[in-house]
Amino acid sequence: MTPLQDGRIINLMEPGHTGCAGCGQAIGARLVLKAAGPRVIVANATGCLEVYTTTYPRSSWEVPWIHSLFENASAVASGMEVTLKAMGRYEDVRIIAQAGDGGTADIGMGCISGMFERGHDILYVCYDNEGYMNTGYQRSSLTPPGARTTTSPPGPMSWGNKTRKKNVPLIAVAHGVPYVATATPAEPRDLMRKVKKALEIEGPKYLHLLVPCVPGWGIESELSVEIARLAVETYLFPVFEIEDGMITKVKKVKERKPIEEYLRPQKRFAHLFKPGGEPILEELREIAEENSRLQPGPAVLFGRT
Amino acid sequence: MRVMLEGSRAVAEAVRLCRPNLVCAYPITPQTHIVEDLSQMVADGRLDAGYVLAESEFGAASIVLGGSAVGGRAYTATSSQGLLLMAEVIFNIAGLRLPVVMTCANRAVSAPINIWNDQQDAVSIRDSGWIQLFVEDNQEAVDTHIQAFKIAEELMIPVMVCMDGYVLTHTWEPVDLPEQDEVDRFLPLYSPAYRLDPDDPFTMGSMVGPDAYMETRYHVHMDMMEARAVIRRVCEEYSETFGRGGTGVIDTYDTKDADVVLVSMGSVLGTMRDAVDELRDEEGLKVGLIKVRCFRPFPTGAVHDAIKEAQTVGVIEKDISLGLEGTLCSEMRAAFCGEESPEISSFIMGLGGRDITKGDIKQVARDLASNPACRVEFRGLREDLMDGDER
Repeated sequence: MTPLQDGRIINLMEPGHTGCAGCGQAIGARLVLKAAGPRVIVANATGCLEVYTTTYPRSSWEVPWIHSLFENASAVASGMEVTLKAMGRYEDVRIIAQAGDGGTADIGMGCISGMFERGHDILYVCYDNEGYMNTGYQRSSLTPPGARTTTSPPGPMSWGNKTRKKNVPLIAVAHGVPYVATATPAEPRDLMRKVKKALEIEGPKYLHLLVPCVPGWGIESELSVEIARLAVETYLFPVFEIEDGMITKVKKVKERKPIEEYLRPQKRFAHLFKPGGEPILEELREIAEENSRLQPGPAVLFGRT
Repeated sequence: MRVMLEGSRAVAEAVRLCRPNLVCAYPITPQTHIVEDLSQMVADGRLDAGYVLAESEFGAASIVLGGSAVGGRAYTATSSQGLLLMAEVIFNIAGLRLPVVMTCANRAVSAPINIWNDQQDAVSIRDSGWIQLFVEDNQEAVDTHIQAFKIAEELMIPVMVCMDGYVLTHTWEPVDLPEQDEVDRFLPLYSPAYRLDPDDPFTMGSMVGPDAYMETRYHVHMDMMEARAVIRRVCEEYSETFGRGGTGVIDTYDTKDADVVLVSMGSVLGTMRDAVDELRDEEGLKVGLIKVRCFRPFPTGAVHDAIKEAQTVGVIEKDISLGLEGTLCSEMRAAFCGEESPEISSFIMGLGGRDITKGDIKQVARDLASNPACRVEFRGLREDLMDGDER
């Protein structure tokens, strides 16, 4: 799908942007665009991706792209879809709305609910790096238990973030979204297959990508893809597809890893390995265990939500 | 075609005649009848537009933003809390240079919650970069909406048509609705200079740092300043085609020899005209009147010239910048910028739906005639709720 221009293969999200070396989101976004192809229009929320790809007067985007605000990418995309259809200019165009976990699970939730409920033909991509990384690593409702962020710091009275990740895929399912899936940049072919599949389905689609953040998670830049892989192999991030409310595919890990292999390389979890951190580790093991039991069937039966 | 219509319905018909590609709104009193009427038109097949029922006013404004960005003619309507909930998007639409048109059915702002008319909502959003046109009656509402799309699309600046809630939106008046072919000739299909299109990829809404942000604001400001001339020209063109609706940025009434000039915006102007006539005929007071139709961009020069000979000016307005005075009054004063100016007083009246009677208006004029000095006053306060407050 990647077009040739002047004999040169172009990325639809071009390099040369100012994202961090090893940025999981940059890898994810490039793969999403590569799979989607050039006939898309993108509505992007405020966040790292917007900042590092469009610092005026430069742009990384080879597709029509708009950034309006933090919490309204899904609503802007809704307006684009309805208007293009009304004008008879929609036939071969597809629309992607994308945001981070804060722009999705927190501040953007109302607009996303509207987009899902009205049934717009839009692929919504959430780049989940488990916090407000663009503003300096603050906690969001997708920050996992025990994680250190600048607003969930550990201290004598705290072991870091206290809450579990909001189950956004299940929120999408509850709206009747016909295609809901998760993926990571560690498996690019799987990620791209899901983007292509989603874009062939009429109606709202929700794709949730776990994208490691090098500075926010405190990892070495060359490890971001490996960390994403470990999130899957420890079952701390379940990879699945849900079609019309049924879990149709669950990634089964061949060689399950202990959660410590995922947690130890990340500075945001370092305090959990000090004396007294065991109960938090145990909670994370429980989450991994729950995730490992996911199997095909009705989607309403998974998770704690 | 002259028909008897409720103000909201008249606006809906005007919007339909402008052939929008996208209509999107969220219901709020007293805007509801406009969007209900547009819904019925879509259901009846009289309006061929995408119509989205948004999950909030914030969503509605974002949806019309998206529709406008792909090159559609986009319309929304709101009121009061809805406009304030939209505030972030309102600024964004203007900064992105998207020619959205909106009706603001003017209503008081909470707290305390109050669903009745004043103009605090629109006035509070004056710095957003939207052109704000205040209409006096339902005919002007019809004409101004049709003009609004033309002004917005020529300048790539959004336009808010402000009409008093209930007083206009829920009042039946005879209005002359233009024919579709006349409107089509006046308002050609929207063909933007730029839009989001896969055939010509374009990045909209970049991150702009200290190196260029100020220049973008400068350009919007300069285009807003030039908008006054465009608004006047579009009104003239409209008037040539339809035989009315040529008011431009302000309207003056008996100001030439006036010692006392009253100023206001919106539906109270009709009552004020009657008050001026009676004061002149029955009391021999030389009173004149200015209608500020275009609040943003502010018609500084026109206002200046219209009141410079007056002894004293009373601005009657349904809003207040708490801790200062009525906002329109401040703008009137600013028109003189250090020059010697008439005394300009602020009269806060009609907040939250309180009636402004002809008697109230005449009393303001009489009081100014006997004491022209500049002051800020609330008029029409209930004594029984003052708790002995003598300030």
